[in-house]
Amino acid sequence: MSRSQTRTRTIKVDDLARVEGEGHLSVRIRDGVVTDIKFGIHEPPRFFEALLRGRMFTEAPDITARICGICPIAYMLGASLAMEDALGIRVTGPLRDLRRLIYCGEWIESHVLHAAMLHAPDFLNKQDAFEIAKDHPEVVTKALALKKLGNEILEVVGGRAVHPVNLKVGGFYRAPRKQAVKALIEPLKRAIEDAVALTRVFGSFDFPDYAWDYACVSLRHPDEYAIHEGRIVSNRGLDIAVSEFADHFREEHVEHSNALHGMTRGGEAYLVGPIARYNNNFSQLSDLAKETANMVGLREVCVNPFQSIVVRMVEVVYACEEALRLAEAYEVPDASCVEAVPGPGDGHGCTEAPRGICHHHYRLGDDGRIVQATIVPPTSQNQKQIERDLLGVVEANLDLADDDLQWRCEQTIRNYDPCISCATHFLKLTVDRG
Amino acid sequence: MGEGGNETVLVIGVGNRDRGDDGAGPEVAARLRAQGVHAIEHAGDGLALIDLWDNHSAVVIVDAMVTGTTPGTVRRFDAAAGPLPREAFAVSSHALGIAEAIETARALGRLPEAVIVYGVEGESFALGAGLTSLVEQGCLRVVQDILEETACGLS
Repeated sequence: MSRSQTRTRTIKVDDLARVEGEGHLSVRIRDGVVTDIKFGIHEPPRFFEALLRGRMFTEAPDITARICGICPIAYMLGASLAMEDALGIRVTGPLRDLRRLIYCGEWIESHVLHAAMLHAPDFLNKQDAFEIAKDHPEVVTKALALKKLGNEILEVVGGRAVHPVNLKVGGFYRAPRKQAVKALIEPLKRAIEDAVALTRVFGSFDFPDYAWDYACVSLRHPDEYAIHEGRIVSNRGLDIAVSEFADHFREEHVEHSNALHGMTRGGEAYLVGPIARYNNNFSQLSDLAKETANMVGLREVCVNPFQSIVVRMVEVVYACEEALRLAEAYEVPDASCVEAVPGPGDGHGCTEAPRGICHHHYRLGDDGRIVQATIVPPTSQNQKQIERDLLGVVEANLDLADDDLQWRCEQTIRNYDPCISCATHFLKLTVDRG
Repeated sequence: MGEGGNETVLVIGVGNRDRGDDGAGPEVAARLRAQGVHAIEHAGDGLALIDLWDNHSAVVIVDAMVTGTTPGTVRRFDAAAGPLPREAFAVSSHALGIAEAIETARALGRLPEAVIVYGVEGESFALGAGLTSLVEQGCLRVVQDILEETACGLS
């Protein structure tokens, strides 16, 4: 519990809780100066890209879905879009709408799980969500209802909630029944109210004081708040096609982590995820989402990473409204998919996973088999920025006792809803003050 | 228990068959289902369990556990009477497990009247592996215990 600034402090977390996957953190402070911060991922690498080689292009969505149990749609759609790009087909109209609908379901269930069950305890001084359930049962009840509805959307459109089976290159194996989609309408109307209510609760939290001028990277689409299609843009003036991703971003091995660290070609950290999307595309949110953000004190640009929990909930409000709009408009399409003919090609796909952009690139041989696969998940891209945030947060909080500093560090990491399993394809924390 | 609806005992086998002994729960559920018991398998998020048991007054949950005792060891917990030892049923750093689901449901008043949890001590949780033999034997004992227990009504 030393607060001395004239000696060495070490804060170490061996296995971070309330994050997806196995990670660790170590912080070393010498004479009041942070000398080392490492956020590492020790979950073993899973070599998905290697096992995709030699597989047919049609298999990529189902294989890559297994990278993550929380955000399978991001993988299934990213892979599908890349294959469609390689084979020269486009999925438009009602099939594109169905993809957006199921993606809204994934945003709802993933965002609510993280915000209400995993991140909110940090702000309420609770170890776990069920401690919140005792004191604030209405919060957990609403969160469970939202999460359940997100899962139901995945079931209705995707066939099942975990690792859906109905998505394919070109669209869907079977179009969902009209009645099943329409049955989502009333629950979605209630969900919008619940999402606004939860945003108000989380918006009232006491947020640690921290600000950073993030290089925000996200998709942008001319007609909608980008989720599953768009160009890659940043608040630094970047505006590129999805196929140009590798020209502007790279990944690097670092010794302390099994996950690659993403950075710009110039070696700079950047931010992907809810805050990046919100900052880049605020004007495209719905009126209610904007009003809700405004009501809880968010400005059009968010620079405090601890407010990501609120931004996430604003996106849930939007996703519920968007899902409602799509469900109300749904008519069973004439065909459930666009036929994809096997052949050679080179294709890119990028969507907004709940944690940020997830980029896929595949090269196909003459027979449509995968020759090369490169997948850049959001948590890899955020890792360098997470370390930069940790440095800033520790430097700003050196007067905190070790236990409190450790808590703040873990909270900082959870701002990112890091998906470590995805990135090895997170947490031990050490603070070393000597 | 009585016939149909809310009075039927629901057995939930929790786990992932592709992770070695984590498949103990699904194995027990499959064997019980084959004998006409209302048993389902559940993988993934523990919180979804609350929705699964919402309309049931009695539920039996089977899950692999890790306590450091001999693999295949079976322990029975009356979760309606008090919390489970969370460390025994810790599943991952992200997904919430059955202990968290039970306590969340208890706080929300959504816990069935009777909740029995069987834990089978696991040995190996290797990717793609099946059950180890000691755990398989443990599963058979749990199947027998649940058949007897559900025949006389849960206590």
